[in-house]
Amino acid sequence: MTLLTGTAITKSYGTTPALRGIDLTVGEGEIVAVTGPSGCGKSTLLHCLAGILRADAGEIRYRDQDIGLWSEAARSRLRRTEFGVLFQFGQLVPELTAAENVALPLLLAGSGRREARAAALVWLDRFGVADLADKRPGAMSGGEQQRCAVARALVTEPRVVFADEPTGALDQLNGEQVLGAMVQAVREQGTSVVLVTHEAPIAAYADREIVLRDGAVDPTGLGVAP
Amino acid sequence: MSTAHVLLGLLAGGPRHGYDLKRAHDERLPQAKPLAFGQVYATLGRLERDGFVEQSGQDQESGPERTSYVLTEAGRTRLDEWLTEVEPPAPHVTSALFSRVVVALLAADADRARAYLTAQRAAHMTRLRELTSIKTASGATVGDVIAADYAIGHLDADLRWLHTTLARVADLQKEVAA
Ligand SMILES: Nc1ncnc2c1ncn2[C@@H]1O[C@H](COP(=O)(O)OP(=O)(O)O)[C@@H](O)[C@H]1O
Ligand SMILES: [Mg+2]
Repeated sequence: MTLLTGTAITKSYGTTPALRGIDLTVGEGEIVAVTGPSGCGKSTLLHCLAGILRADAGEIRYRDQDIGLWSEAARSRLRRTEFGVLFQFGQLVPELTAAENVALPLLLAGSGRREARAAALVWLDRFGVADLADKRPGAMSGGEQQRCAVARALVTEPRVVFADEPTGALDQLNGEQVLGAMVQAVREQGTSVVLVTHEAPIAAYADREIVLRDGAVDPTGLGVAP
Repeated sequence: MSTAHVLLGLLAGGPRHGYDLKRAHDERLPQAKPLAFGQVYATLGRLERDGFVEQSGQDQESGPERTSYVLTEAGRTRLDEWLTEVEPPAPHVTSALFSRVVVALLAADADRARAYLTAQRAAHMTRLRELTSIKTASGATVGDVIAADYAIGHLDADLRWLHTTLARVADLQKEVAA
């Protein structure tokens, strides 16, 4: 079943067109990779789909609702409850410990402190960083921070995770371990994922891929101008 | 190819039957093309001729599959030498992919070469996904993961080459046509 549909999405930054009419669908539990060369519009598309950026035109439907029409507050609530977002550099809150960072989305969604911390510990454990629960990001390696960031993106058991180059800052083995654990977790809970990457071996974790070139879907998949 | 050396390596731990060698080969090198029995016996025959292995016994029922082989001193030395050497890194650039692009330009045109590159990319991505499922499957052994990683790394290299070559097809066509 289709969970998320983008139709003719366009977006410009000033006079620079970044997306020129993108169509895509993401099924329930499906992992879709968005690939293509640097600057082709991957991040812009991900931000539009997640409701962080507002598209200039086109439609984004989530569970049959046109979320592009929603207020900022309503979209922000959706991001807190049903979406999980993950960036290249974990972007953990530096003043909070790992456990506090992971518990944060639950607290924002209204969970109690004790309950949120317990869930955070479970998720940190799933990503092999339970022993770092009381450390701050500054005292962790990049790989450890990214494991916490994945735990934070999944702790609310979102229906869709939007991940922008989630392993881009990690070495190959760490990247693979983080992604492998994330894919296993989302497969278990039936979460859909939009996975932005420019690396083929990362895109190969997805069920399907969409290749962009200059802000449009490239049917050849090569992302290169002939 | 190094099938002979793999067999020598499998015999390093003690005598084995040809059948046993085939099974051990396929188990230790998952995702490799399975060894044919004929190839095992032919290779053992050559190794015996060259003095690297010798027959060490036979079960009651005779036949080649019941004969066991053991490493000789010369075989052990040969194995040790082989482990000391490295493979020559890409001594000749022989790639079926590269040949296809050149032939597409010789026999047809740039569009034909681009169509080929596009189709090859799709095939590579499909295989990359297959290998990724093999290595992430719940029962995957370390051997499975390492075997899949080897192929994934090579397919990734091919894919990078496919992308850069696509951008250069027009220039290559000029060179080929000149
Ligand atoms: N905040 C911004 N302001 C102006 N231009 C931007 C901004 N973000 C991205 N762009 C431009 O939009 C295009 C698409 O960028 P982006 O979505 O970041 O691509 P990708 O993630 O594929 O590298 C590029 O030309 C980029 O320079
Ligand atoms: Mg980007």
